[in-house]
Amino acid sequence: MPVSPAIKVERLVKIYKKVPAVDGVSFAIAPGSITGLLGGNGAGKTTTIAMIMGLIMPTSGRVTVLGADMPQQRYRVLHRMNFESPYVEMPMRLTIRQNLTVFGMLYGVSDLAARIEQLADALDLTELLDRPTGKLSAGQKTRVSLAKSLINAPELLLLDEPTASLDPDTADWVRTHLERYCRDRRATVLLASHNMAEVERLCERVIIMKQGRIEDDDSPARLLSRYGRRTLEEVFLDVARRRDEEQEAAQ
Amino acid sequence: MSTISARTESALAFSPRRVAAMILRYWYLLRSSWPRLLDLIYWPLVQMITWGFIQYYVMENAGFFARAGGTLIGALLLWDILFRGQLGFSIAFLEEMWARNIGNLMMSPLRPFEFIAALMVMSLVRLAIGAVPVTLLAIVFFGFNLYGLGFALVAFFFNLMLTSWAVGIFVSGLVLRNGLGAENFAWSIMFVFMPLACVYYPVTTLPVWLQPAAWVLPPTYVFEGMRALLIDHVFRSDLMLEALALNVLFFAVGVFGFLKLLQAARRHGSLMQTGE
Repeated sequence: MPVSPAIKVERLVKIYKKVPAVDGVSFAIAPGSITGLLGGNGAGKTTTIAMIMGLIMPTSGRVTVLGADMPQQRYRVLHRMNFESPYVEMPMRLTIRQNLTVFGMLYGVSDLAARIEQLADALDLTELLDRPTGKLSAGQKTRVSLAKSLINAPELLLLDEPTASLDPDTADWVRTHLERYCRDRRATVLLASHNMAEVERLCERVIIMKQGRIEDDDSPARLLSRYGRRTLEEVFLDVARRRDEEQEAAQ
Repeated sequence: MSTISARTESALAFSPRRVAAMILRYWYLLRSSWPRLLDLIYWPLVQMITWGFIQYYVMENAGFFARAGGTLIGALLLWDILFRGQLGFSIAFLEEMWARNIGNLMMSPLRPFEFIAALMVMSLVRLAIGAVPVTLLAIVFFGFNLYGLGFALVAFFFNLMLTSWAVGIFVSGLVLRNGLGAENFAWSIMFVFMPLACVYYPVTTLPVWLQPAAWVLPPTYVFEGMRALLIDHVFRSDLMLEALALNVLFFAVGVFGFLKLLQAARRHGSLMQTGE
């Protein structure tokens, strides 16, 4: 019996004032996998993730998450998923413990105090738990956002540029923790990024987007082999320039 | 590993725990900021003192007001319930926009009705922090005991809070859809009610052609009821029931408007762009 995809996106379109932000995107993500959504600024990654989360309603097309149609049936599955994005923040005046308590209650987490201690220990936040979130460094805030996104031990984790604006050491630390979580929990992860090294390290599959469309979709190894390149960054540049050349030729 | 207690639920499910989570969030915020607490009591106190002295002055110089002791200060205190009730609701909501936290909430299992319920409770908490000390000081300074109105005060309060919530809910929808550019509505919309709701004067003061517009607003019935009580010593239950009927309509329109504006915000992608 075939396993149902954790995320299924079919002919997804989002148009803002006649400008397509996402233009006929389709893909399915297998449960327990880590998939990267790669693309430059304005490629449509964030809009695609927001439609998967139910924060934005598609102009047309269909999104199914853990078997529920989004956004209509989102309350069937929201407690089984979570996200992290640079477009949202945690309330600054509340301490880390207060923020995690509020979100833990919203997600219906039982034995919440123990869960907060467990996350604080795993993410090296124990000493900071009673400090206001606004008084933390960028790296510490990212770890708090990660703690919030893991508070309900989600089966599905949507991450929008989780290591943006972090120094290399902190970014590496976050990636290591994410890898461990996904392995232990067998969670499905969709990771939007324009950091090629991050995607290459974490993801077993890469979807490359440009101007709202999927330009390529394969495993990092097969992409490297097919394009004859050593890094995903080179592959990405090949894909981006090929498209530009095709457009110029068409004109 | 902890487990998730909430399982598959519908959009209309209501969880007291999620409402409590949001109330806790606002309580943490209030507790952490003395300027926020001071702000709750500062304006009501200044207004009460100013209008209390005006009332003293006119009582000494006009026979009508001598008979109608307390109408001005009573109107002021009831107006403050209406205004601060709406402001308390709207500010609690705006805190989420200012904190860029609305995306986190909209992605969580929190239902719109639970969010609204938490904001309603917080408007009561904020009002209590601001209004209770001021009403007690009104007794000390001017001998006006709002609590002396007894059951009538309960009826006045309930109707005014319903109106303030209805307006607060609708304004929150406007801000969700249009971003913080619509924030000014939260601060100023209630003043549209002020001249028409006849806070400080009877409806008969308005031109005849304008009076039907005044009777469309639930607070008009409350302020007329207050004057009937203080001047004629009559509790007009008919006015309170009419206000209640209109409030049910206002509340339904407010909630409907909020849900429609939330839907429009999802369509236009406003939930991801909560700035101006």
